[in-house]
Amino acid sequence: MQNDKFYNDTLIEHNIRPDFKCPMEDADMTLNGINPSCGDDISLFIKYRNGIIEDISFDGVGCAVSQASADIMAGLVIGKTKQEALYLTDIFTRMIRNEATDDEIEELEEASELKDISHMPARVKCATLGWRTLKEALEKAE
Amino acid sequence: MSIDVKKIREDFPLIKNSSDVYFDNAATSQRPVSVIEAEKIFSEKYNANVMRGLYPLSIKATEIYEDSRKAVQRFINAKSSREIIFTRNTTESINLVAYTWGLANLKADDEIVISIMEHHSDILPWQMVSRMTGAKLKYIDCEPDGSITDEALDKAFSDKTKLTAIVHVSNVLGCVNDIEKISKRAKASGAKLLIDGAQSVPHMKVDVQKLGADFLAFSGHKMLAPMGIGVLYGKEELLEEMPPFLTGGEMIESVTRTDAVFAELPHKFEAGTVNASGAYALKAAIDYYDKTGIENMQKAEHELTEYILKGMKAIPGVKVLGSDDAGNHTGIISFTVDGVHPHDISEILASDGIDVRAGHHCAQPLLKHLKVMSSARASVMFYNTLSEADRFLNSVSELRRRMGYAE
Repeated sequence: MQNDKFYNDTLIEHNIRPDFKCPMEDADMTLNGINPSCGDDISLFIKYRNGIIEDISFDGVGCAVSQASADIMAGLVIGKTKQEALYLTDIFTRMIRNEATDDEIEELEEASELKDISHMPARVKCATLGWRTLKEALEKAE
Repeated sequence: MSIDVKKIREDFPLIKNSSDVYFDNAATSQRPVSVIEAEKIFSEKYNANVMRGLYPLSIKATEIYEDSRKAVQRFINAKSSREIIFTRNTTESINLVAYTWGLANLKADDEIVISIMEHHSDILPWQMVSRMTGAKLKYIDCEPDGSITDEALDKAFSDKTKLTAIVHVSNVLGCVNDIEKISKRAKASGAKLLIDGAQSVPHMKVDVQKLGADFLAFSGHKMLAPMGIGVLYGKEELLEEMPPFLTGGEMIESVTRTDAVFAELPHKFEAGTVNASGAYALKAAIDYYDKTGIENMQKAEHELTEYILKGMKAIPGVKVLGSDDAGNHTGIISFTVDGVHPHDISEILASDGIDVRAGHHCAQPLLKHLKVMSSARASVMFYNTLSEADRFLNSVSELRRRMGYAE
């Protein structure tokens, strides 16, 4: 145990070297998401044009699970339509609750590697923070 | 005198029967057999409603309950057992003072002084009083090591100060506030002094008369007793004048259709059926302190803290909040690790069988003041060992590597 990394490589990598963690000055939408009990606090930035997520990034602080999950999410939904992104968000949320089928999970690509979080009930809120914030933002989007 | 920790651990079933390292003592302490037994004995031998019946069993239960009150009185050196009110916990004790003394005595233009290092339970009640009465809530800021400068006191106190509520030992930094000095300031302003003793009473000799306390609040469950029994000490002349907090049974002399005459102290503040078995178990906890010697327990906790602080200093990326001096930590070691969120720290330590707290420790204004988002917190008690400290330090030293950072 002592010599193993605590989380899998995907989660570790996205936490230490995130691809989409930076503020965006010309975002169309900025939304804040927090987990008050553990201090996770992120801002989500979205460029939403013609029904498509043209660009997305996030910034903030939080545990490795919340940060890596938001980063992986950004990589998955960039270039997708609102409907596609909401569809994936729904699968991800159900996967974390252990309610998604294997075929559905496959559609999540790299995000499927966070499946093990479904065995860590205390971390469900961390894993879904970015996705919940995205859903809230998209539902407001015209 | 040193305590024999091996022998001490035999007294604590949960500690004895677990291979885990319990380092969350500032949240709640473990219970010795004598405390666990006391609750059982109450149920088996003394259970009747206190102060109600005229039959021997109820009289005995009342006697036991009042004996427990006297044990608390001796433990904190109160003048009279009438000054000891049993509550559920520190939070309820502070709320009692806020809702009764606070609402009856404070008005617009008055000032309440608290410190930035208060637990939320010593902030929210005063925010409520401030909203209801118009009294102004002012904060004493602290230095990064938890110390309070004379300038910070000058800024907070004025001739308008009517109450100061201050934590004796911070639940985040573990620093011991100079209550006697603050007490003098309060007296000079003509203000009353409430002390939050949740983290001090379990770990050091607390003498309400020496400290000049008007009120002292603390919980049983942080000092070896069960959850659900706490104490409010209040000076008799203040308690006498205060209106009751909760009203109903067991706190009256007589009741008519429209009015009531309240019972004498301390019963005026103990409405409804009381937690007599909890009080009896709190007495058993006090007996355990007396038997072991609080200075001996304090010495053991100091040695552990010193050892852990020294070990933490040698680990790259680890920062301990507060003082460099173990004497100013009261067994509480809050820390951060570069690049590792406290939630992950706590989760990884848990996987190694080490229980620590992570988060804002119900002291968000303090963490904001210190510019720390959240922290992990290890807190030791006299029944912890140096080998447990080694296990903890070893796990902490592995944290960054296990999160994927190449050292």
